[in-house]
Amino acid sequence: MAEGRAERLVAGVRAYRLVAGMWVRSTMAYRASFAMTTFGNFAATFLDFVAIMLMFSRVDALGGWPLPEVAFLYGLSATSFGLADLVIGSMDRLGRRVRDGTLDTLLVRPAPVLAQMAADRFALRRLGRVTQGGLVLGWALARVDIGWTVDRVLLMPVMVVSGCGIFCAVFVAGGAFQFVAQDAAEVQNAFTYGGTTLLQYPPTVFAKELVRGVTFVLPLAFVNWLPASYVLGRPYPLGLPEWTAFTPPLVAVACCALAGLAWRAGLRSYRSTGS
Amino acid sequence: MGAGRLYAAVAAGGFRRYATYRAATAAGVFTNTVFGLILVCTYRALWDERPHLGGYDQGQAVTYVWLGQAFLSTLAIGGGGVEDELMERIRTGDVAIDLYRPADLQAWWLAADIGRAFFQLLGRGVLPFLFGALCFPAYLPADAGTWAAFLIAVVLAMLVGFGIRYLVALSAFWLLDGTGVAQMAWLLGFFCSGMLLPLNVFPGALGEVVRVLPWSSLLQAPADVLLGRADPLPTYLFQAAWAVVLLGAGRLVQSAATRRVVVQGG
Repeated sequence: MAEGRAERLVAGVRAYRLVAGMWVRSTMAYRASFAMTTFGNFAATFLDFVAIMLMFSRVDALGGWPLPEVAFLYGLSATSFGLADLVIGSMDRLGRRVRDGTLDTLLVRPAPVLAQMAADRFALRRLGRVTQGGLVLGWALARVDIGWTVDRVLLMPVMVVSGCGIFCAVFVAGGAFQFVAQDAAEVQNAFTYGGTTLLQYPPTVFAKELVRGVTFVLPLAFVNWLPASYVLGRPYPLGLPEWTAFTPPLVAVACCALAGLAWRAGLRSYRSTGS
Repeated sequence: MGAGRLYAAVAAGGFRRYATYRAATAAGVFTNTVFGLILVCTYRALWDERPHLGGYDQGQAVTYVWLGQAFLSTLAIGGGGVEDELMERIRTGDVAIDLYRPADLQAWWLAADIGRAFFQLLGRGVLPFLFGALCFPAYLPADAGTWAAFLIAVVLAMLVGFGIRYLVALSAFWLLDGTGVAQMAWLLGFFCSGMLLPLNVFPGALGEVVRVLPWSSLLQAPADVLLGRADPLPTYLFQAAWAVVLLGAGRLVQSAATRRVVVQGG
């Protein structure tokens, strides 16, 4: 049984690589467009950050957080989300495939549907977003005043990878939802793009209920708010104990497991349009 | 059938076409509401720190956020207007059929886009705005005259918005894959229309520049009319001037494109 699972995983990764590779070659057929969309991807998120800088040209702090610390949150959120978006961001096309019946093509191929769907229209241009997030994070690290200790240094890469995992789970759960909702693919954007936007601002800006919701219900706070509060030595608004800052990997694994179950349930409930 | 009736029928078709996708509309309302919630929290923190920033009080800033969410799909500031379809038709060569029709290409697509915009305003714009106005201390003018003046500014904004996006779509005649240009236009529009931050909050020279660009006709101009921060007449003149310039440029580019066009496909 365990061997079968490992084989399926290998097959999934291989299918993902093949499909993604094909899309990369296809994108390269229109090189000018690729260069522009990559730059556009970078610039779109960059302008997001410009808006925050413009806010700080008028104020010194937002919710009690100065610009370098907000940039720290921004960089972490944008990098984690950018990685997830690069790896699995095409999931929002699932609704369309259910609607026009092209999902059937994926079902008859001898490869895991999730892997094929995740790699569908793999868009290398999304590196633009990751790059931008990384640059802001680098800038923030140079400016922010952190008492670096071993655990804080180690927490940094753990945070980015776990954050990417949590966002991937959101994408997969959104995909599972589209089996049911089809046309309502946009709801997913509220949690993916909405989630990363939310995490770019300090938790103190938001109403307590909202902070509770993204901590205990949809655990986006574990992407950056909780661990970053620990790294910066700031108290988390809900007064959670300090050790929770180290739980993002566990939260990410739990989220991915739940999303996987949701995906299976969704796929099982799929009824083809028959066309 | 008179020309007026033809384009009215096209506009009505555009309206009905988007009205068909009810689940998608409900999803859009939900997403706009979530984004509005996030933005309104950050704006309130900003205005707490600095009351009367950009001449708005906190209530006006709240109204501005929800107007932005209502206009996002109406004016297709983040994409999603008819330009995607037109670009696809140019790429595949289907535009040849459009050129055969006894109707003007630009007027046809303008009518379709106006129909779409009115549906998006009613179907996707009104609900998030009402939610925001009920749940947050928003500023709402009491007299019907201001609302009427606001609606005229919204219609002019639709014309300017289409003028920009039509030029973007026509670029596909030369580039074939217009995705890159569309994305550039989308992000410029997002930033320069004041969707991320009201233009009157932009500091110094940058603020002066963005306020004379065409994108300020989209969100900032109608918002300022509604919030009582701008006289309607000069605002209309500004918007109408940009509409004329952009639609005129669209005509010029269109005639250049149709003269040199090599239709794609077989």
